[in-house]
Amino acid sequence: MKRFWNGYQKAIADDHYFYERSCIRQTFFPGSEAAFLKILREELGKDICDNPHQHTCTGIGYHSDVVPFETTMTVVARLFSLMTECGYRNYVPSCVTSFGVFTEMLAKWEEEPELKEKARQYLWDACRREFEVPDNIAHPSDIIFKFRFDLKPKMKYQLVNRFTGKPLRVVEHIGCHYAKIFTHAGIGNAEFPYVLAGMIEAWGGEVIDYPERRHCCGFGFRQYLVQENRGYSIANTQKKFESMESYEPDFILTNCPGCNMFLDKWQYTIAEMEHKTYDKEGYGIPVLTYEELTGLLLGYDPWSLGLQIHQVQCERLMDKIGIPYNPAEKYCDFTGRRLPSPEKPEFLKV
Amino acid sequence: MINFGYKISTPRSIDMDSADSRLYCQLVEAVPSYRYCIGCGGCTATCSAGQFTDFNIRKAHFLFSRRQYDKLASDTFTDTDLNKCMLCGKCSLVCPRGVNTRGLILQMRKLLLK
Repeated sequence: MKRFWNGYQKAIADDHYFYERSCIRQTFFPGSEAAFLKILREELGKDICDNPHQHTCTGIGYHSDVVPFETTMTVVARLFSLMTECGYRNYVPSCVTSFGVFTEMLAKWEEEPELKEKARQYLWDACRREFEVPDNIAHPSDIIFKFRFDLKPKMKYQLVNRFTGKPLRVVEHIGCHYAKIFTHAGIGNAEFPYVLAGMIEAWGGEVIDYPERRHCCGFGFRQYLVQENRGYSIANTQKKFESMESYEPDFILTNCPGCNMFLDKWQYTIAEMEHKTYDKEGYGIPVLTYEELTGLLLGYDPWSLGLQIHQVQCERLMDKIGIPYNPAEKYCDFTGRRLPSPEKPEFLKV
Repeated sequence: MINFGYKISTPRSIDMDSADSRLYCQLVEAVPSYRYCIGCGGCTATCSAGQFTDFNIRKAHFLFSRRQYDKLASDTFTDTDLNKCMLCGKCSLVCPRGVNTRGLILQMRKLLLK
């Protein structure tokens, strides 16, 4: 029995990580990656390298069938060469799709070693660089999961509704590329994914198990990237919302930039198209990244975490938890200068 | 409304939880042998009306069991495929499961005409 459950466990390095940033997250959830680095360095005292020379993993192009496998392999090899150059062995890609791409490359290179030699040759021909394969690849959500009980005593708030005293009800959504491609790569495998549920339970919340829990968020790459196909993308997201609506979740927690973006922004689009929102008051369901949630509970300023960038606003959730915030500083830059406020949507309340 | 350049696609999957099963239940009550059908298509293969018209008894059966009544009935019911059955009963003779297929068509007509 013990051996059987070993297939659902995952080795995660303890320290000395090489961080690779995400294309989408830096644009749509700019506070999340900074929060992750701060949590690791200042709360957990870990060593993590944030190299300024990194670049895309090609994941979006690769999964949209516009970037060929050989190109992706070479780009991945270059990112590994940056890690090697900096003297690290533990690779931490911020994006779930990057995580899927790296896991896929390692699996391909193990199955077909001649591909790895090809990648070495391509990289050498392109930029005269060399690389070593990492000892460990972990997604940042794996690392937060690993240290969730170390972070708990440092937290100022818990996932408890301060008005009712009951645990907050949370929908967790895990990106498909986290464990659906290579099941061994995720905590709890693809069958019982526990990476986000573990955080929620450890920090006082209640996980909602609803029928479409493992359904895709709707991104689906090609379904979204071609405008005419976006009806399929939003239909998938709507299916999830309809499935979770009756459980009245307080918020949605994700570990994938695409899921985070689509579960958040499609709520606005559905409200505009069908005048439908998925909470009783018409504000929508807030969607948080795991770093934003960790940062909030640790007492970080919500505006420095970038919560004002979200489509569905999080003030009502912060009120429930009891997190203080200053509305006057919501749209200010780091120097305190006031920035223009965004327009208000017609149907989704903000 | 804002023109986004696309609409929310309607899924082709049939949500049996939200489907209206009243007519289906009435049909099963009237013709209990309906539940024994294995969809072999023997009825359709032997159907005289099916040779010359668009009437297809197996198709009618599936649409009814999927609660897609709107595809069987219309305002001009006499023009629908269901009304092209001549009730000759050959389908009942060949059915390996003993389904009362002729009774089935009669009941479908009655229920959809209500």
